[in-house]
Amino acid sequence: MEYVIEMLGIRKQFGDFVANDNITLQLKKGEIHALLGENGAGKSTLMNVLFGLYQPEAGTIRVHGKDVKITDPNVANKLGIGMVHQHFMLVENFTVTENIILGSEPTKMGTINIKDASKRVQELSEKYSLNVDANAKIEDISVGMQQRVEILKTLYRGAEILIFDEPTASLTPQEITELIQIMKRLIEEGKSIILITHKLKEIMEVSDRVTVIRKGQGIGTVITSETNPTELAELMVGRQVVFKTEKKDPNPTDTVLQIESLTVADNRDVDKVKGLNLTVRAGEIVGIAGIDGNGQSELIEAITGLRKVKSGKISLNGKDITGLKPRKITESGVGHIPQDRHKHGLVLDFPIGHNIALQTYYKAPISKSGVIDYKKVNEIARKIIEEYDVRSGEGEMSIARSLSGGNQQKAIIGREINRNPDLLIAALPTRGLDVGAIEFIHKRLIEQRDKGKAVLLISFELDEVMNVSDRIAVIHDGTIIDTVKPQETTEQELGLLMAGQSLHGKEKVGGENE
Amino acid sequence: MKKRKFAFALSGLLALGTILGACGGKEETEETGTTTDTETTEETFSVAMVTDTGGVDDKSFNQSTWEGIQAFGEENGLEKGDGGFDYLQSASESDYVSNLTRLIRRDFDLVYAVGYLMHDAVVEVADQQPDAKIAIIDEVIEGKDNVASIMFRANEASFLAGVAAALESKSGKIGFIGGMEGPIIGGFQAGFEAGVAAVNPDIKVDVEYAASFSDAAKGQQIAKRMYDSGVDIIFHAAGGVGSGLFTEAKERKQKDPNANVWAIGVDRDQYDEGQVDADTNIVLTSVLKRVDVAAQEVAKLAQEGKFPGGETITYGLADQGVDLADSRGAISEETLAKVEEFKQQIIDGTIKVPEQPGE
Amino acid sequence: MSKRLVNILVPLISILLGLIIGAIVMAISGFSPVEGYVALWNGIFMDTYTMGETVRQITPYVFAGLAVAFAFRTGLFNIGVEGQLIMGWLAAAYVGFKFDLPTVIHLPLALIAAAVAGALWAFIPGLLKAKLQVHEVIVTIMMNYTALHVANSLIGTLSGGDERTPKVQETASLRSSFFESLTDYSRMHWGFVVALIAVLVMWFILEKTTRGYELKAVGFNKHASQYAGMNVNKNIILAMVISGAFAGLGGAMEALGTFENMSKLHGFTGIGFDGIAVALLGANQPFGVLLGAILFGSLKNGGLNMPSEAGVPTEIVNIVIALIIFFVASGYIIRVVLERFGKQRKEEK
Repeated sequence: MEYVIEMLGIRKQFGDFVANDNITLQLKKGEIHALLGENGAGKSTLMNVLFGLYQPEAGTIRVHGKDVKITDPNVANKLGIGMVHQHFMLVENFTVTENIILGSEPTKMGTINIKDASKRVQELSEKYSLNVDANAKIEDISVGMQQRVEILKTLYRGAEILIFDEPTASLTPQEITELIQIMKRLIEEGKSIILITHKLKEIMEVSDRVTVIRKGQGIGTVITSETNPTELAELMVGRQVVFKTEKKDPNPTDTVLQIESLTVADNRDVDKVKGLNLTVRAGEIVGIAGIDGNGQSELIEAITGLRKVKSGKISLNGKDITGLKPRKITESGVGHIPQDRHKHGLVLDFPIGHNIALQTYYKAPISKSGVIDYKKVNEIARKIIEEYDVRSGEGEMSIARSLSGGNQQKAIIGREINRNPDLLIAALPTRGLDVGAIEFIHKRLIEQRDKGKAVLLISFELDEVMNVSDRIAVIHDGTIIDTVKPQETTEQELGLLMAGQSLHGKEKVGGENE
Repeated sequence: MKKRKFAFALSGLLALGTILGACGGKEETEETGTTTDTETTEETFSVAMVTDTGGVDDKSFNQSTWEGIQAFGEENGLEKGDGGFDYLQSASESDYVSNLTRLIRRDFDLVYAVGYLMHDAVVEVADQQPDAKIAIIDEVIEGKDNVASIMFRANEASFLAGVAAALESKSGKIGFIGGMEGPIIGGFQAGFEAGVAAVNPDIKVDVEYAASFSDAAKGQQIAKRMYDSGVDIIFHAAGGVGSGLFTEAKERKQKDPNANVWAIGVDRDQYDEGQVDADTNIVLTSVLKRVDVAAQEVAKLAQEGKFPGGETITYGLADQGVDLADSRGAISEETLAKVEEFKQQIIDGTIKVPEQPGE
Repeated sequence: MSKRLVNILVPLISILLGLIIGAIVMAISGFSPVEGYVALWNGIFMDTYTMGETVRQITPYVFAGLAVAFAFRTGLFNIGVEGQLIMGWLAAAYVGFKFDLPTVIHLPLALIAAAVAGALWAFIPGLLKAKLQVHEVIVTIMMNYTALHVANSLIGTLSGGDERTPKVQETASLRSSFFESLTDYSRMHWGFVVALIAVLVMWFILEKTTRGYELKAVGFNKHASQYAGMNVNKNIILAMVISGAFAGLGGAMEALGTFENMSKLHGFTGIGFDGIAVALLGANQPFGVLLGAILFGSLKNGGLNMPSEAGVPTEIVNIVIALIIFFVASGYIIRVVLERFGKQRKEEK
């Protein structure tokens, strides 16, 4: 069997900390090879070793059977290895072509020959059916399109082996489907792919083989068709994982959140929420499904008081809370897990203990006549850290920045739930988290519902919405276009609704995907 | 952690200092010993000065004073340093007191405080050190037996500069750049304006203050505006600000050798500042304030045991404490004759030169 | 190497490096480094007079450092400490000479006036930042010049056309005959006690109070603070105001202690700008600022003695002092780099 890349017994150490230990990864020509592991398992380290950013302490790398030393990314490029980064490295106000040739500009007598380059980019785009306009500006094209520019960039430089680092993290379901097709097309053209991910569904759908690593250790390589998500999850986490979160039937009672013909504008004064109506009752989880940018952010900001309401009414437990200050709304019984935990959820440079006091620092028992009792803060923090299994180096004294995403999120959830709110808003609560953390968070949301609280879940992940919600409200262009029950619908139906097509018009168009 | 680091940093400094201090122990005892000494009756007489924040090379009265002190030292065979002559520069206004005290403790027989900005410092130190002799330049301090005040009738020489400017100006527009507003610079302005008016009452002097004695950029900016408006002669009484005036005038002359731009210097003969090339110079003349002469004279008086404590010595045209510098041909003979006429009238007392603008 | 050892070595090495390079500079320029450093040492510690003067020099630096550090800690860059200090100086001088009151009222009143003047001068950039998003660096820089010229003009007005305000009344002065006799007429004054109190106050505000928690949170992350229901604009203004009050008190030290009046300034005092360095030396921690000010003030005061005793010209002295401070500051940078590196490793785990 011919391997295009072999990484044998790789060991990478930072001081005392072993990031990679005896990991072996062998990539066959023309395969999609998934690299699976939890956040922090050492996937990125391994790929950085392959890309020449780190030098391994032990182990060998072979490309096409020959031992190589990859001392820096340029060597990797020459060997035909290209990386499609998770965070795109593109210059916003440059065109596609300009971005692609950046760093290796073709010059003729000292001037850049942009025309030839543009022609080549266009050809490549057509060859791999990428549909990229070589002359479009980056700021004018969608996120999915930007990713294709990244792919083109590697192809333009002659990459035979493409590494995709968490490629679906910021894509809509439709874009994910398209990406999968692009990957398959690349394989047909003789390329080989390493796909870094922790999303089991994608692996099952696209990959040929999977190499699993856990806590820096190589666990092994399995053939995708001979395994299943449950087994992969167990390999990855090291214990049994429950996917379908067990839950009792909902028992909704009184209306907690009532939104009536709400209209909210964004910063440029364009209406993003347009006459939206929504009800969330105690004891139920309402999931809002929709493609990013259809008014979800503005809706949450309006409810929590961070954004001005143009018209309409929001009431909580029958009390009008429209236009109140965020603090008043919080105090009336709203808990909020913000969608951007770094921007809104945490003060990253504060210790985790201080962060847990972020909503309550000014009230007794923490604050007495203007003075904060940090002993009390830390006491409360320790309790939450224990209860919500927040893992950190120095407990409540650890700086929030040093925690992993999952643990940061657990701390936020602990903080919000600890205040015992009547309405819990969870916006993309599991974004970027691994299976274990997702499972934990889902359980907590359901627990709140069972305690008789109202939960509003906003998510771009259909799985999550289907799995956790009791009712699904699909948002499109600022309005709820339909509300469905998860057990009475399919992902295809939801996908169509999210795209703005009413079910009563065109039915059952989907189906070719699975 | 960080706090602790600093504790260590300082203890390190202290430790090091102790070692150095041990080396310098001998000097220390010497110095502390001398501070309590009474009047010295030796044959050599030592002089020192404290500059204001302009520094000893300000091309103005700090430098002038230092030149006077150096000349005195040469005359008496003194050396720079303790027991001879020396100067200390002040980095900020809070240094005046400590610099004066420092020199007095080093046992200089006479200490000059240069500039009216040192008024408060001199008053304070004079009280604390009754045995010291201090002379302050450009300021009057009354009622202190150990302080002599040295004043200059700069208005008189400025008057002559005004006469020369009014006679030499072709455009009939004349400018004055002041440093900071106050009685000292006011004297320059008043004399200059009066001199101009004495020749031609129709000429109005364009007056602007830089609110600084050191901001050369500001000086250049003001000079640019004045020259642009047709002014052809500018007199500055603004210390370091003046170098901006010279820069602007020289640049104009360089670009256009026929440009009619002149500057009048202050305090010292600033001819050297105005050199454009071998045979072009934009300095018309300078209003001399012979601080060097005064410094030398007062030192001599003190050496002879006639220190004018509690008194104010005023230098004017009559005793050559102020004057106009050699114009080196820039001013016509006729004008010079006219200037000489006015000079005599001032010395005779026929003309009384106003001391402040508007008088 | 153990962490403890590093903690001891880094600052020692950085000071030593600064001294060595400074010695080389002196040697190259033809002056004796040993004499130079002996003079520096003597300029700080030689006798009670110099020590008194050293303390006097340190005092305003403490306030300037605190002002900059407080703003830094709350996410603002207050370059206007110089101007706020000038306004505080003027206010304290005015209250000091204008009123006839018993000390118990007069002195605190003069101090409060200085704090209020500095605070008002900082309030404007704070307001502009909060309401119009004008960057505080630009506004504070401009307001330094405004302060300089406004103060000079007001001195003229208040003193009836004189170059300086009258001396402050004895009841408003921080000077004391006790210190004068103790330190052989140095200008050391009670201000250092006020400075120590200010250090404690800043520490208390930031580390103990609810307000300090808010100010820090807003400084670190505006968005999260807004989300948590804090009034971001109010906190920005308040942070500037408190920072300005510290600066204003620094001015009071000059007005009621060092000079006991205010003369027209023909340029910036430099204390406000040096405060930036002091704050950085002190890692923006109140007690660190105190130590930073001690280092800074001691070197400044000691440096004055170098031309006098060792004949080293002022320019060389400034270079040598700058070198020592530079190396101490870079020692801090080395430390930060080490810590960051350690942190990254931890994150990867």
